[in-house]
Amino acid sequence: MVDKLNDDIGEEKRLRLWEMMLKLRLVEKKAYDLFLQNLIKGTSHLALGQEAIAGAFGVALKQGDYTFCTYRGHAHTLARGSSIEGVLGELMGRQCGLMKGKGGSMHLTDVDKGVMGSYAIIGAHLTIANGTALASKYNKTNEVSVCFFGDGTTNIGAFHEALNMAKIWNLPIVFVCENNLYMEYTPIHEVTAVEHPAADRAGAYNLDKIIVDGNDADEMLRTAEKAISKAREGKGPSLIEAKTYRHSGHSRADPGKYRPDEEVKDWMENKDPIKNYRAKLLDFNINEKIISEIEEKIKDQVEKATEISMASPIPEIKEIYTDVWANGGSEWHN
Amino acid sequence: MAQLTYRASVSLAIAQSMRKDQKVFFIGEDVGAAGGVFKATVGLLEEFGKERVMDAPISEQAILGAAMGAAMTGLRPIAEIMFSDFLAVCWDIVANQIAKTRYMSDGQINIPLVIRTANGGGSKFGAQHSQSLENWSMMIPGLKVVAPSCPSDVLGLMDSAVKDPDPVIFYEHKSLYAFKEEIEQTDISIPIGEANMLHEGKDITIIGLALMAQRAKEAALILKDKHDINAKVIDLRSLVPLDLQTIKKSVIETGHVLTVEENPRLCGWGAEISSLISEHCFKNLKGPVTRVTTPHVPLPSADILEDNTIPSVELIVNEVIKKLKGE
Repeated sequence: MVDKLNDDIGEEKRLRLWEMMLKLRLVEKKAYDLFLQNLIKGTSHLALGQEAIAGAFGVALKQGDYTFCTYRGHAHTLARGSSIEGVLGELMGRQCGLMKGKGGSMHLTDVDKGVMGSYAIIGAHLTIANGTALASKYNKTNEVSVCFFGDGTTNIGAFHEALNMAKIWNLPIVFVCENNLYMEYTPIHEVTAVEHPAADRAGAYNLDKIIVDGNDADEMLRTAEKAISKAREGKGPSLIEAKTYRHSGHSRADPGKYRPDEEVKDWMENKDPIKNYRAKLLDFNINEKIISEIEEKIKDQVEKATEISMASPIPEIKEIYTDVWANGGSEWHN
Repeated sequence: MAQLTYRASVSLAIAQSMRKDQKVFFIGEDVGAAGGVFKATVGLLEEFGKERVMDAPISEQAILGAAMGAAMTGLRPIAEIMFSDFLAVCWDIVANQIAKTRYMSDGQINIPLVIRTANGGGSKFGAQHSQSLENWSMMIPGLKVVAPSCPSDVLGLMDSAVKDPDPVIFYEHKSLYAFKEEIEQTDISIPIGEANMLHEGKDITIIGLALMAQRAKEAALILKDKHDINAKVIDLRSLVPLDLQTIKKSVIETGHVLTVEENPRLCGWGAEISSLISEHCFKNLKGPVTRVTTPHVPLPSADILEDNTIPSVELIVNEVIKKLKGE
C-alpha cells in the first residue's frame, strides 16, 4: 500500500523517473532489435531489468555532476540526458554517434552531459571516478561523482584500492554496485567470500553498509538522493549495493541459460521495475492518460532516433588517424 | 651559475611547475613527508602543503586512476610511480585508460598528466626494481615517452611535460640521480620531441637515451682520444614523439649507426629505430645498424653480474671499434 499522505517524492518527480526508466527500457529493446537485424555489430551488454538504478540517479543528479559506468552503460549514459541517436548511432557505428564510431557500445562518453566514459576493464573506473571527485575537492566546487559497477567488480583489486582512497581523502563520490546476482555466467555467491559482495565489504573501509532493492524505483531514488547529498555536503563517500537482475544474458553472445527458469520468471513477472512502477503510479492516483502519453512520447522518440541513426553516414576512413593526440592527429615522429 | 644534481633538478622542476600553475598537483607514495625514496621530491610538501602534495597509499591503480580522473577535468597532475617496475600493477590504467580515452571519446577528453617514475639499473636492486621499461610505453598509441639524461633536461622536459595536453611518462634514471651539471638558468623549457646532440663526429652515429646516452658520450670521448674515431652521439630525450629528422640527418652524414639500449633485446626501442633507418636511409648506410642492448635476461643483482648485463662504456667503445675497424 502506498502512503499518499506522507509522499516525499511527489507526482512531478515520479513522472520524470517513469519517463527516464521507460526511455532506458525502450532504447535497450531497440538496441536488441537492431542487433537481430545485424545493424549493430560487435558486442553489447544490455541493462534490461536494471533501469531503476540508472534512472534514479539520472533524476537525482545535477548538471555538472560526473558519472562513470561500465560496458553495460547505455542506460547510464541516457540517464544523464545524452541523445538517443547519440547512443544508438554509436552502437551502429554512425557519424551521429556520441564518439562517431570510435568507441562503440562499451565506451559511451558524453562529457557535456557529465558522462565521463563507460569502462570495459573491470574496476578501473572506480579509481578514475575518484579523480573527478578529487578535482571537485581540489577546486572547492561541489560536483558529485557517481560510479556504477557490477557485483563482479567487488572481487578485483581496483575496487578495494578505490574505496580506501575515497575514504581516506573524504571524496565526494558515490559508488553504486548493481548486484544482478551473476558475475557474467557465474552466480556471484559461488565466487565471493561474503553474502553481499559490496555491502559486506563496506565496513573494511569504514563506510556504512547500504543495501537497497534496486528494482524499487522510489527506494532507489531516496537512496541515491541521500548519498548524493552526503557527498555534496563534504561528508564523504558512500557505497550502495542495489539488488537487481538482468532480463537478458551477460552480452550479445549469451542467452543466459545458466539461470534457473523459475528465477528468471520471478524477476521478469514479479520484480520488473518498470511494470511495478507503472502500477505504483496508478496507486498514487496519477492519471493513466498521462502515463500512456509519456509511453507514446518515448516510443516516438526512440523511433525517430532510430531513423536518424540509420540515415546517418558511416564514419570517414580518415577518422582512424584522428584524435590520438590533443593536436588532433596520430603522428609519433617528425 | 649553480651546480645541480639530477635528483635536485626533479624537485626543482616540479616546484617550478607548481608555482606557475595552480592546476598542477603532485601525488605518489612517500613523496611528501618523506621527500621520496630517492629524495627527489624533498621540500615540496613544505612549500605547497598537503592539498597539492599528496602522500598516497600503496595503491598504484588508485594513484594513476585519481590522476587520470583529475586530468579529465582540466587539472594537471604529476603522479609518481616509485619504481617503473611497479607500472606492471597499474598497467591497465596506463595502457587501456590513460592512453586510449582521448581516442575512444573522439577527442572529448584530454588527459594532461605526467607520470614520473624511477627507471633503470645500476643500483643492484635485482630484477624487479631495476628494469628499463621505456619501450613498454613506447608501443602504446596515446602515450608520450620522455627520458632525460641530465639535470637541465629534467628541468626543461618536465616543464614541457606538465604543459603538454597529452599524457607523458617521464622516466627518470636511478643511476643519474647523483649526476651533476652547472646550470645558469633553471626555469627553462625544452620541447618534447627534439633530440640533443651530446657529441659531434663524422664517423658513426651512436643513439642513446637517459643513462645510455651519457655512457655513449663517455664512449665517444674515449673513441676520439684513444682510437681516432669521431662519433656523433644523439640523446633521443623522448621516444614518442621521436625526432626522426635528427636521426636521418646524422645517418646521412656518418653512414654507420649504433643504438645503445638498457632494455632487454627483444622489441627494445632500438629495433624500431633500426627499422626506421633502414626504411628512410638505406642508401646512406655503409653497414647494418648495430644494436647494443642488455642480453635477453632479467637483471641479476650481484655487482659483477649486473655490471656485465647493462651496456657499459667499455662495451660501447668495443662495439664501435669492431664495427668500424672489424677488430
